[in-house]
Amino acid sequence: MIAIYLLFILMLAIFVGFELIQKVPATLHTPLMSGANAISGITVLAAIVLAGGESGEAATVLGIIGVFFATINVVGGYLVTDRMLAMFKKK
Amino acid sequence: MDITIFINIIYVISAALFIYGLKLLGHPSTARKGNRLSAIAMLIAMIVTLLDQHILSYSWIIISVLAGSAVGVYVSKKVEMTEMPELVSLFNGVGGLASAVVAIAAMVGSDLTAGLATISVIALIIGAVTFSGSLIAWGKLSERISGKPIVFNSQAIANYALIGVTVLFSALYVIYPSSTLFICVVIALALAIGVMVVLPIGGADMPVVISLLNSYSGLAACAAGFALENNLLIVAGALVGASGIILTNIMCKAMNRSLVNVLTSGFQEVVSMDIVVEGEIKPISADDAFYVLEAAQSILVIPGYGMAVAQAQHAMKELQELLESNDAEVVYGIHPVAGRMPGHMNVLLAEADVSYDLLLEMDEVNQRMENFDVAIVIGANDVVNPAARELKGSPIYGMPVINADLAKNVFVIKRSMSSGFAGVDNPLFFKDNTRMIFGDAKEVLNHIVRQFTD
Repeated sequence: MIAIYLLFILMLAIFVGFELIQKVPATLHTPLMSGANAISGITVLAAIVLAGGESGEAATVLGIIGVFFATINVVGGYLVTDRMLAMFKKK
Repeated sequence: MDITIFINIIYVISAALFIYGLKLLGHPSTARKGNRLSAIAMLIAMIVTLLDQHILSYSWIIISVLAGSAVGVYVSKKVEMTEMPELVSLFNGVGGLASAVVAIAAMVGSDLTAGLATISVIALIIGAVTFSGSLIAWGKLSERISGKPIVFNSQAIANYALIGVTVLFSALYVIYPSSTLFICVVIALALAIGVMVVLPIGGADMPVVISLLNSYSGLAACAAGFALENNLLIVAGALVGASGIILTNIMCKAMNRSLVNVLTSGFQEVVSMDIVVEGEIKPISADDAFYVLEAAQSILVIPGYGMAVAQAQHAMKELQELLESNDAEVVYGIHPVAGRMPGHMNVLLAEADVSYDLLLEMDEVNQRMENFDVAIVIGANDVVNPAARELKGSPIYGMPVINADLAKNVFVIKRSMSSGFAGVDNPLFFKDNTRMIFGDAKEVLNHIVRQFTD
Protein backbone atom coordinates (compact mmCIF):
# COMPACT_ATOMS: atom_id res chain seq x y z
CA MET A 1 0.00 0.00 0.00
CA ILE A 2 2.84 2.40 0.73
CA ALA A 3 3.77 2.40 -2.95
CA ILE A 4 0.21 3.45 -3.83
CA TYR A 5 0.29 6.35 -1.36
CA LEU A 6 3.60 7.45 -2.76
CA LEU A 7 2.18 7.31 -6.29
CA PHE A 8 -0.69 9.51 -5.16
CA ILE A 9 1.76 12.04 -3.79
CA LEU A 10 3.75 11.90 -7.02
CA MET A 11 0.67 12.45 -9.17
CA LEU A 12 -0.49 15.46 -7.15
CA ALA A 13 3.00 16.96 -7.02
CA ILE A 14 3.35 16.71 -10.79
CA PHE A 15 0.04 18.52 -11.33
CA VAL A 16 0.95 21.27 -8.86
CA GLY A 17 4.36 21.57 -10.50
CA PHE A 18 2.91 21.95 -13.99
CA GLU A 19 0.38 24.54 -12.86
CA LEU A 20 2.91 26.66 -10.98
CA ILE A 21 5.77 26.51 -13.40
CA GLN A 22 3.65 27.37 -16.41
CA LYS A 23 3.14 30.74 -14.73
CA VAL A 24 6.85 31.50 -14.43
CA PRO A 25 7.62 34.20 -17.04
CA ALA A 26 10.31 33.58 -19.67
CA THR A 27 12.43 36.29 -18.05
CA LEU A 28 12.93 34.09 -15.01
CA HIS A 29 13.63 30.80 -16.75
CA THR A 30 17.35 30.75 -15.93
CA PRO A 31 16.82 31.39 -12.18
CA LEU A 32 14.03 28.81 -12.32
CA MET A 33 16.49 26.24 -13.59
CA SER A 34 19.19 27.01 -11.05
CA GLY A 35 16.53 27.04 -8.33
CA ALA A 36 15.40 23.64 -9.59
CA ASN A 37 19.02 22.50 -9.30
CA ALA A 38 18.93 23.46 -5.63
CA ILE A 39 15.62 21.68 -5.03
CA SER A 40 16.89 18.52 -6.73
CA GLY A 41 19.52 18.52 -3.98
CA ILE A 42 16.67 17.23 -1.79
CA THR A 43 18.41 13.87 -2.24
CA VAL A 44 20.55 15.08 0.66
CA LEU A 45 17.82 13.85 3.03
CA ALA A 46 18.09 10.28 1.77
CA ALA A 47 21.87 10.54 1.79
CA ILE A 48 21.87 11.71 5.43
CA VAL A 49 19.74 8.75 6.53
CA LEU A 50 21.96 6.28 4.64
CA ALA A 51 25.17 7.90 5.90
CA GLY A 52 24.05 7.73 9.50
CA GLY A 53 22.42 4.33 9.40
CA GLU A 54 23.92 0.94 10.08
CA SER A 55 23.50 -0.75 6.71
CA GLY A 56 27.17 -1.58 6.51
CA GLU A 57 30.31 0.37 5.79
CA ALA A 58 29.80 0.63 2.02
CA ALA A 59 26.35 2.22 2.43
CA THR A 60 27.70 4.64 5.04
CA VAL A 61 30.60 5.77 2.85
CA LEU A 62 28.34 6.15 -0.20
CA GLY A 63 25.83 8.05 1.92
CA ILE A 64 28.51 10.49 3.06
CA ILE A 65 29.61 11.01 -0.55
CA GLY A 66 25.96 11.58 -1.47
CA VAL A 67 25.60 14.19 1.28
CA PHE A 68 28.63 16.04 -0.11
CA PHE A 69 27.37 16.22 -3.70
CA ALA A 70 23.77 16.99 -2.80
CA THR A 71 24.87 19.81 -0.47
CA ILE A 72 26.87 21.39 -3.31
CA ASN A 73 23.66 21.54 -5.31
CA VAL A 74 21.57 22.86 -2.43
CA VAL A 75 23.94 25.60 -1.30
CA GLY A 76 25.35 26.51 -4.70
CA GLY A 77 21.93 26.41 -6.35
CA TYR A 78 20.17 28.65 -3.87
CA LEU A 79 23.00 31.17 -3.62
CA VAL A 80 23.48 31.57 -7.35
CA THR A 81 19.71 31.86 -7.85
CA ASP A 82 19.57 34.55 -5.19
CA ARG A 83 22.46 36.36 -6.84
CA MET A 84 20.63 36.34 -10.15
CA LEU A 85 17.25 37.34 -8.78
CA ALA A 86 18.82 40.28 -6.95
CA MET A 87 19.73 41.71 -10.36
CA PHE A 88 16.18 41.71 -11.70
CA LYS A 89 15.03 45.25 -11.03
CA LYS A 90 12.34 47.50 -12.39
CA LYS A 91 13.01 51.17 -12.83
CA MET B 1 5.42 12.34 20.23
CA ASP B 2 6.96 9.74 17.99
CA ILE B 3 9.97 11.30 16.34
CA THR B 4 9.11 9.79 12.96
CA ILE B 5 5.75 11.52 12.98
CA PHE B 6 7.37 14.79 13.97
CA ILE B 7 9.85 14.50 11.11
CA ASN B 8 7.05 13.83 8.66
CA ILE B 9 5.00 16.79 9.87
CA ILE B 10 7.99 19.01 9.24
CA TYR B 11 8.33 17.42 5.79
CA VAL B 12 4.74 18.44 5.03
CA ILE B 13 5.50 22.03 6.02
CA SER B 14 8.64 21.86 3.94
CA ALA B 15 6.72 20.64 0.89
CA ALA B 16 4.22 23.50 1.33
CA LEU B 17 7.09 26.00 1.45
CA PHE B 18 8.66 24.54 -1.70
CA ILE B 19 5.35 24.87 -3.51
CA TYR B 20 4.67 28.39 -2.24
CA GLY B 21 8.24 29.36 -3.11
CA LEU B 22 7.68 28.23 -6.70
CA LYS B 23 4.46 30.20 -6.83
CA LEU B 24 6.31 33.36 -5.81
CA LEU B 25 8.79 32.66 -8.60
CA GLY B 26 5.94 33.61 -10.96
CA HIS B 27 6.84 37.29 -10.85
CA PRO B 28 10.21 39.06 -10.82
CA SER B 29 9.20 41.26 -7.88
CA THR B 30 8.49 38.31 -5.57
CA ALA B 31 10.89 35.76 -7.01
CA ARG B 32 13.73 36.44 -4.58
CA LYS B 33 11.44 35.87 -1.62
CA GLY B 34 10.23 32.65 -3.21
CA ASN B 35 13.77 31.37 -3.58
CA ARG B 36 14.46 32.16 0.08
CA LEU B 37 11.33 30.31 1.22
CA SER B 38 12.47 27.32 -0.80
CA ALA B 39 15.91 27.51 0.86
CA ILE B 40 14.29 27.66 4.31
CA ALA B 41 12.20 24.60 3.43
CA MET B 42 15.38 22.75 2.52
CA LEU B 43 17.16 23.84 5.69
CA ILE B 44 14.43 22.71 8.10
CA ALA B 45 14.05 19.44 6.20
CA MET B 46 17.78 18.79 6.57
CA ILE B 47 17.76 19.65 10.26
CA VAL B 48 14.84 17.38 11.19
CA THR B 49 16.26 14.55 9.11
CA LEU B 50 19.27 14.59 11.42
CA LEU B 51 16.87 13.74 14.27
CA ASP B 52 16.10 10.42 12.61
CA GLN B 53 16.70 7.70 15.19
CA HIS B 54 18.52 5.52 12.69
CA ILE B 55 21.33 8.03 12.57
CA LEU B 56 24.07 6.92 14.88
CA SER B 57 27.07 9.03 13.96
CA TYR B 58 27.00 12.67 13.02
CA SER B 59 30.60 13.67 12.61
CA TRP B 60 31.04 12.56 9.01
CA ILE B 61 27.66 13.90 7.97
CA ILE B 62 28.53 17.32 9.39
CA ILE B 63 31.96 17.31 7.72
CA SER B 64 30.34 16.35 4.43
CA VAL B 65 27.70 19.09 4.70
CA LEU B 66 30.36 21.68 5.52
CA ALA B 67 32.58 20.58 2.63
CA GLY B 68 29.65 20.60 0.20
CA SER B 69 28.54 24.03 1.44
CA ALA B 70 32.04 25.42 1.01
CA VAL B 71 32.15 24.23 -2.61
CA GLY B 72 28.63 25.58 -3.20
CA VAL B 73 29.45 29.02 -1.77
CA TYR B 74 32.71 29.23 -3.72
CA VAL B 75 31.09 28.27 -7.03
CA SER B 76 28.09 30.57 -6.61
CA LYS B 77 30.29 33.60 -5.83
CA LYS B 78 32.84 32.96 -8.54
CA VAL B 79 30.67 32.15 -11.55
CA GLU B 80 30.24 34.77 -14.27
CA MET B 81 26.69 35.40 -15.48
CA THR B 82 27.73 34.46 -19.01
CA GLU B 83 28.72 31.03 -17.67
CA MET B 84 25.29 30.21 -16.25
CA PRO B 85 24.50 27.53 -18.87
CA GLU B 86 27.70 25.69 -17.94
CA LEU B 87 26.98 26.00 -14.23
CA VAL B 88 23.39 24.78 -14.51
CA SER B 89 24.65 21.90 -16.58
CA LEU B 90 27.22 21.00 -13.91
CA PHE B 91 24.58 21.26 -11.18
CA ASN B 92 22.31 18.97 -13.20
CA GLY B 93 25.16 16.49 -13.31
CA VAL B 94 25.99 16.75 -9.60
CA GLY B 95 22.30 16.31 -8.73
CA GLY B 96 22.14 13.19 -10.86
CA LEU B 97 25.35 11.90 -9.32
CA ALA B 98 24.03 12.42 -5.78
CA SER B 99 20.85 10.48 -6.59
CA ALA B 100 22.83 7.70 -8.25
CA VAL B 101 25.16 7.40 -5.24
CA VAL B 102 22.17 7.29 -2.89
CA ALA B 103 20.58 4.56 -5.00
CA ILE B 104 23.80 2.52 -4.91
CA ALA B 105 24.03 3.00 -1.13
CA ALA B 106 20.48 1.68 -0.78
CA MET B 107 21.33 -1.25 -3.05
CA VAL B 108 24.47 -2.36 -1.23
CA GLY B 109 23.05 -1.56 2.21
CA SER B 110 20.63 -4.47 2.35
CA ASP B 111 19.03 -7.10 0.15
CA LEU B 112 16.04 -5.31 -1.34
CA THR B 113 12.68 -6.76 -2.26
CA ALA B 114 11.97 -7.00 -5.99
CA GLY B 115 9.89 -3.82 -5.94
CA LEU B 116 12.48 -1.74 -4.10
CA ALA B 117 15.30 -3.23 -6.17
CA THR B 118 13.48 -2.21 -9.37
CA ILE B 119 12.89 1.38 -8.30
CA SER B 120 16.45 1.66 -6.93
CA VAL B 121 17.97 0.50 -10.18
CA ILE B 122 15.75 3.00 -12.04
CA ALA B 123 16.99 5.78 -9.73
CA LEU B 124 20.54 4.65 -10.36
CA ILE B 125 20.11 4.64 -14.15
CA ILE B 126 18.40 8.05 -14.33
CA GLY B 127 21.00 9.53 -11.98
CA ALA B 128 23.97 8.10 -13.88
CA VAL B 129 22.58 9.10 -17.30
CA THR B 130 21.98 12.63 -15.98
CA PHE B 131 25.52 12.77 -14.61
CA SER B 132 27.42 11.67 -17.69
CA GLY B 133 25.04 13.45 -20.08
CA SER B 134 25.42 16.71 -18.16
CA LEU B 135 29.20 16.44 -18.18
CA ILE B 136 29.15 16.12 -21.97
CA ALA B 137 26.69 19.05 -22.21
CA TRP B 138 29.01 21.06 -19.96
CA GLY B 139 31.98 20.15 -22.13
CA LYS B 140 30.14 21.30 -25.23
CA LEU B 141 28.94 24.55 -23.66
CA SER B 142 32.38 25.45 -22.36
CA GLU B 143 33.87 24.37 -25.69
CA ARG B 144 36.08 21.75 -24.08
CA ILE B 145 34.62 19.40 -26.65
CA SER B 146 33.38 20.34 -30.09
CA GLY B 147 29.91 21.90 -30.14
CA LYS B 148 29.26 20.17 -33.44
CA PRO B 149 27.19 17.00 -33.44
CA ILE B 150 29.48 13.99 -33.11
CA VAL B 151 28.11 11.12 -35.15
CA PHE B 152 29.40 7.83 -36.46
CA ASN B 153 28.06 4.98 -38.56
CA SER B 154 25.33 2.77 -37.12
CA GLN B 155 25.09 5.01 -34.06
CA ALA B 156 21.38 4.32 -33.75
CA ILE B 157 21.93 0.55 -33.64
CA ALA B 158 24.70 0.96 -31.06
CA ASN B 159 22.39 3.05 -28.88
CA TYR B 160 19.50 0.62 -29.05
CA ALA B 161 21.87 -2.22 -28.22
CA LEU B 162 23.22 -0.25 -25.27
CA ILE B 163 19.75 0.40 -23.90
CA GLY B 164 18.77 -3.24 -24.41
CA VAL B 165 21.83 -4.52 -22.53
CA THR B 166 21.17 -2.05 -19.71
CA VAL B 167 17.61 -3.30 -19.31
CA LEU B 168 18.90 -6.88 -19.34
CA PHE B 169 21.47 -6.32 -16.57
CA SER B 170 18.97 -4.29 -14.53
CA ALA B 171 16.60 -7.24 -14.67
CA LEU B 172 19.43 -9.57 -13.65
CA TYR B 173 20.16 -7.34 -10.67
CA VAL B 174 16.50 -7.38 -9.59
CA ILE B 175 16.58 -11.18 -9.72
CA TYR B 176 19.91 -11.36 -7.84
CA PRO B 177 19.84 -8.26 -5.61
CA SER B 178 22.95 -9.27 -3.67
CA SER B 179 25.18 -9.19 -6.73
CA THR B 180 27.58 -6.26 -6.72
CA LEU B 181 28.80 -7.21 -10.19
CA PHE B 182 25.44 -6.50 -11.81
CA ILE B 183 25.24 -3.13 -10.05
CA CYS B 184 28.67 -2.18 -11.42
CA VAL B 185 27.72 -3.24 -14.96
CA VAL B 186 24.51 -1.21 -14.81
CA ILE B 187 26.45 1.86 -13.59
CA ALA B 188 28.92 1.57 -16.48
CA LEU B 189 26.15 1.09 -19.04
CA ALA B 190 24.05 3.98 -17.74
CA LEU B 191 27.06 6.30 -17.84
CA ALA B 192 27.68 5.23 -21.44
CA ILE B 193 24.05 5.97 -22.38
CA GLY B 194 24.36 9.54 -21.07
CA VAL B 195 27.47 10.13 -23.16
CA MET B 196 25.98 8.57 -26.29
CA VAL B 197 22.73 10.52 -26.07
CA VAL B 198 24.29 13.97 -25.69
CA LEU B 199 27.33 13.64 -27.97
CA PRO B 200 25.34 13.80 -31.23
CA ILE B 201 23.47 16.97 -30.20
CA GLY B 202 24.74 20.28 -31.58
CA GLY B 203 25.36 23.59 -29.83
CA ALA B 204 22.16 25.32 -30.94
CA ASP B 205 20.05 22.53 -29.46
CA MET B 206 21.65 22.92 -26.03
CA PRO B 207 18.70 24.79 -24.45
CA VAL B 208 16.61 21.66 -25.02
CA VAL B 209 19.27 19.33 -23.63
CA ILE B 210 19.92 21.40 -20.50
CA SER B 211 16.19 21.63 -19.77
CA LEU B 212 15.74 17.92 -20.26
CA LEU B 213 18.70 17.03 -18.02
CA ASN B 214 17.32 19.47 -15.45
CA SER B 215 14.13 17.46 -15.51
CA TYR B 216 16.05 14.17 -15.20
CA SER B 217 17.93 15.38 -12.13
CA GLY B 218 14.52 15.90 -10.49
CA LEU B 219 13.21 12.54 -11.68
CA ALA B 220 16.31 10.85 -10.25
CA ALA B 221 15.59 12.39 -6.84
CA CYS B 222 11.96 11.34 -7.23
CA ALA B 223 12.94 7.73 -7.96
CA ALA B 224 15.33 7.76 -4.99
CA GLY B 225 12.36 8.95 -2.93
CA PHE B 226 10.39 5.86 -3.98
CA ALA B 227 13.34 3.61 -3.18
CA LEU B 228 13.67 5.04 0.33
CA GLU B 229 9.95 5.72 0.81
CA ASN B 230 10.57 9.39 1.50
CA ASN B 231 7.62 11.54 0.41
CA LEU B 232 9.48 14.87 0.48
CA LEU B 233 11.97 13.53 -2.05
CA ILE B 234 9.06 12.57 -4.26
CA VAL B 235 7.35 15.96 -4.02
CA ALA B 236 10.50 18.02 -4.55
CA GLY B 237 11.77 15.70 -7.29
CA ALA B 238 8.41 15.85 -9.09
CA LEU B 239 8.41 19.67 -8.95
CA VAL B 240 11.86 19.78 -10.55
CA GLY B 241 10.88 17.12 -13.06
CA ALA B 242 7.77 19.07 -14.07
CA SER B 243 9.74 22.30 -14.35
CA GLY B 244 12.33 20.73 -16.63
CA ILE B 245 9.70 19.15 -18.85
CA ILE B 246 7.80 22.42 -19.27
CA LEU B 247 10.99 24.25 -20.21
CA THR B 248 11.96 21.47 -22.61
CA ASN B 249 8.58 21.77 -24.25
CA ILE B 250 8.84 25.57 -24.58
CA MET B 251 12.30 25.25 -26.13
CA CYS B 252 11.12 22.60 -28.61
CA LYS B 253 8.15 24.72 -29.66
CA ALA B 254 10.38 27.74 -30.12
CA MET B 255 12.48 25.70 -32.53
CA ASN B 256 9.47 24.14 -34.25
CA ARG B 257 10.82 20.68 -33.52
CA SER B 258 9.68 17.72 -31.52
CA LEU B 259 11.69 16.42 -28.60
CA VAL B 260 12.29 13.15 -30.45
CA ASN B 261 13.61 15.12 -33.38
CA VAL B 262 16.12 17.01 -31.19
CA LEU B 263 17.26 13.90 -29.32
CA THR B 264 17.79 11.95 -32.50
CA SER B 265 19.21 14.90 -34.44
CA GLY B 266 22.59 13.24 -34.64
CA PHE B 267 21.07 10.21 -36.30
CA GLN B 268 19.49 12.02 -39.20
CA GLU B 269 20.84 13.08 -42.52
CA VAL B 270 22.00 16.66 -42.51
CA VAL B 271 19.34 18.73 -44.25
CA SER B 272 21.09 20.53 -47.05
CA MET B 273 19.52 23.62 -48.41
CA ASP B 274 19.21 23.69 -52.19
CA ILE B 275 17.94 27.23 -52.24
CA VAL B 276 20.78 29.69 -52.57
CA VAL B 277 20.12 32.96 -50.85
CA GLU B 278 21.60 35.74 -52.92
CA GLY B 279 21.69 39.43 -52.66
CA GLU B 280 23.86 42.37 -51.90
CA ILE B 281 25.28 42.95 -48.46
CA LYS B 282 25.06 46.59 -47.50
CA PRO B 283 27.57 47.39 -44.78
CA ILE B 284 27.39 50.57 -42.77
CA SER B 285 29.96 52.09 -40.46
CA ALA B 286 29.25 52.58 -36.78
CA ASP B 287 29.53 56.34 -37.38
CA ASP B 288 26.71 56.30 -39.92
CA ALA B 289 24.63 54.01 -37.74
CA PHE B 290 24.86 56.64 -35.03
CA TYR B 291 23.11 59.24 -37.19
CA VAL B 292 20.22 56.90 -37.89
CA LEU B 293 19.90 56.01 -34.21
CA GLU B 294 20.01 59.63 -33.19
CA ALA B 295 16.98 60.34 -35.38
CA ALA B 296 15.07 57.20 -34.33
CA GLN B 297 12.05 57.38 -32.04
CA SER B 298 11.62 53.71 -31.16
CA ILE B 299 14.34 51.11 -31.11
CA LEU B 300 14.14 47.36 -30.70
CA VAL B 301 17.19 45.41 -29.55
CA ILE B 302 17.35 41.70 -30.40
CA PRO B 303 20.17 39.96 -28.55
CA GLY B 304 21.55 36.52 -29.29
CA TYR B 305 24.35 34.27 -28.12
CA GLY B 306 26.88 36.59 -29.78
CA MET B 307 26.03 39.26 -27.21
CA ALA B 308 27.00 36.86 -24.43
CA VAL B 309 30.23 35.92 -26.18
CA ALA B 310 31.20 39.55 -26.73
CA GLN B 311 30.02 40.53 -23.20
CA ALA B 312 28.24 43.42 -24.90
CA GLN B 313 25.33 43.73 -22.47
CA HIS B 314 26.87 46.59 -20.46
CA ALA B 315 27.73 48.61 -23.57
CA MET B 316 24.17 48.06 -24.78
CA LYS B 317 22.75 49.34 -21.50
CA GLU B 318 24.90 52.45 -21.82
CA LEU B 319 23.60 53.02 -25.33
CA GLN B 320 20.05 52.43 -24.11
CA GLU B 321 20.39 55.22 -21.54
CA LEU B 322 21.75 57.63 -24.12
CA LEU B 323 18.96 56.81 -26.55
CA GLU B 324 16.38 57.24 -23.81
CA SER B 325 17.77 60.63 -22.84
CA ASN B 326 17.48 61.43 -26.55
CA ASP B 327 13.70 60.81 -26.13
CA ALA B 328 13.66 57.48 -27.93
CA GLU B 329 11.95 54.36 -26.66
CA VAL B 330 14.18 51.30 -26.30
CA VAL B 331 12.86 47.79 -25.74
CA TYR B 332 14.43 44.36 -26.02
CA GLY B 333 12.89 41.47 -27.95
CA ILE B 334 13.93 38.11 -26.54
CA HIS B 335 13.46 34.90 -28.46
CA PRO B 336 12.90 31.84 -26.23
CA VAL B 337 15.94 30.02 -27.63
CA ALA B 338 18.27 33.02 -27.87
CA GLY B 339 21.45 32.01 -26.08
CA ARG B 340 22.35 28.62 -24.72
CA MET B 341 19.67 28.10 -22.08
CA PRO B 342 16.13 29.29 -21.30
CA GLY B 343 16.21 32.90 -20.11
CA HIS B 344 19.95 33.29 -20.80
CA MET B 345 19.61 36.76 -22.39
CA ASN B 346 17.32 38.03 -19.63
CA VAL B 347 19.90 37.24 -16.96
CA LEU B 348 22.68 38.96 -18.89
CA LEU B 349 20.59 42.09 -19.39
CA ALA B 350 19.48 42.04 -15.76
CA GLU B 351 23.15 41.89 -14.84
CA ALA B 352 23.69 45.04 -16.90
CA ASP B 353 20.87 46.66 -14.89
CA VAL B 354 18.28 46.73 -17.66
CA SER B 355 14.80 47.02 -16.17
CA TYR B 356 12.93 43.74 -16.61
CA ASP B 357 9.76 45.38 -17.94
CA LEU B 358 11.75 46.34 -21.05
CA LEU B 359 12.48 42.69 -21.83
CA LEU B 360 9.62 41.68 -24.13
CA GLU B 361 8.76 38.28 -25.47
CA MET B 362 8.74 37.42 -29.15
CA ASP B 363 4.97 37.68 -29.75
CA GLU B 364 4.80 41.06 -28.10
CA VAL B 365 7.44 42.66 -30.29
CA ASN B 366 6.25 40.95 -33.47
CA GLN B 367 2.83 42.57 -33.14
CA ARG B 368 4.28 46.06 -33.31
CA MET B 369 7.34 45.36 -35.45
CA GLU B 370 6.32 47.80 -38.22
CA ASN B 371 6.39 50.66 -35.71
CA PHE B 372 10.04 50.28 -34.74
CA ASP B 373 12.30 52.75 -36.48
CA VAL B 374 15.35 50.58 -35.93
CA ALA B 375 15.82 46.95 -34.96
CA ILE B 376 19.36 46.26 -33.73
CA VAL B 377 20.32 42.59 -33.96
CA ILE B 378 23.27 41.82 -31.68
CA GLY B 379 24.90 38.47 -32.27
CA ALA B 380 21.63 36.73 -33.14
CA ASN B 381 21.13 34.86 -36.37
CA ASP B 382 18.68 31.98 -36.61
CA VAL B 383 16.14 33.59 -34.26
CA VAL B 384 15.70 36.55 -36.67
CA ASN B 385 15.92 34.54 -39.89
CA PRO B 386 13.01 35.40 -42.20
CA ALA B 387 13.65 32.13 -44.08
CA ALA B 388 11.64 30.52 -41.30
CA ARG B 389 8.65 32.47 -42.57
CA GLU B 390 9.13 32.75 -46.30
CA LEU B 391 11.49 30.02 -47.56
CA LYS B 392 9.78 26.66 -47.84
CA GLY B 393 12.43 23.97 -47.85
CA SER B 394 14.74 25.80 -45.50
CA PRO B 395 15.71 23.60 -42.51
CA ILE B 396 14.25 26.17 -40.14
CA TYR B 397 11.06 26.80 -42.13
CA GLY B 398 8.12 27.09 -39.73
CA MET B 399 10.18 28.04 -36.68
CA PRO B 400 8.70 31.07 -34.91
CA VAL B 401 11.15 33.96 -35.27
CA ILE B 402 11.35 37.61 -34.37
CA ASN B 403 10.42 39.38 -37.61
CA ALA B 404 13.22 41.92 -37.46
CA ASP B 405 13.07 42.40 -41.24
CA LEU B 406 9.67 44.07 -40.91
CA ALA B 407 11.07 46.96 -38.89
CA LYS B 408 11.76 50.17 -40.80
CA ASN B 409 15.53 49.77 -40.53
CA VAL B 410 17.56 46.80 -39.40
CA PHE B 411 21.12 46.95 -38.09
CA VAL B 412 22.86 43.63 -37.76
CA ILE B 413 25.99 43.71 -35.64
CA LYS B 414 28.02 40.72 -36.64
CA ARG B 415 31.64 39.70 -36.47
CA SER B 416 31.80 38.38 -40.02
CA MET B 417 29.63 36.83 -42.69
CA SER B 418 28.98 33.27 -41.61
CA SER B 419 25.84 31.26 -41.27
CA GLY B 420 24.27 30.65 -37.88
CA PHE B 421 24.40 27.52 -35.79
CA ALA B 422 21.69 25.88 -37.81
CA GLY B 423 24.01 26.32 -40.79
CA VAL B 424 21.39 28.30 -42.64
CA ASP B 425 22.02 31.40 -44.68
CA ASN B 426 20.07 34.33 -43.48
CA PRO B 427 18.09 36.30 -46.11
CA LEU B 428 17.69 39.07 -43.51
CA PHE B 429 21.24 40.20 -44.32
CA PHE B 430 20.24 40.89 -47.92
CA LYS B 431 17.03 42.81 -47.32
CA ASP B 432 16.78 46.37 -48.63
CA ASN B 433 16.23 47.81 -45.17
CA THR B 434 19.11 45.89 -43.58
CA ARG B 435 22.55 47.35 -42.91
CA MET B 436 25.40 45.23 -41.60
CA ILE B 437 27.78 46.61 -39.00
CA PHE B 438 30.80 44.33 -38.99
CA GLY B 439 32.87 44.07 -35.84
CA ASP B 440 32.92 42.93 -32.24
CA ALA B 441 29.54 43.75 -30.72
CA LYS B 442 31.03 45.40 -27.65
CA GLU B 443 33.42 47.58 -29.67
CA VAL B 444 30.72 48.61 -32.14
CA LEU B 445 28.32 49.60 -29.36
CA ASN B 446 31.03 51.45 -27.44
CA HIS B 447 31.90 53.31 -30.63
CA ILE B 448 28.30 54.47 -31.05
CA VAL B 449 28.17 55.42 -27.36
CA ARG B 450 31.26 57.60 -27.82
CA GLN B 451 29.59 59.31 -30.80
CA PHE B 452 26.62 60.15 -28.62
CA THR B 453 28.67 61.58 -25.80
CA ASP B 454 30.84 63.70 -28.11
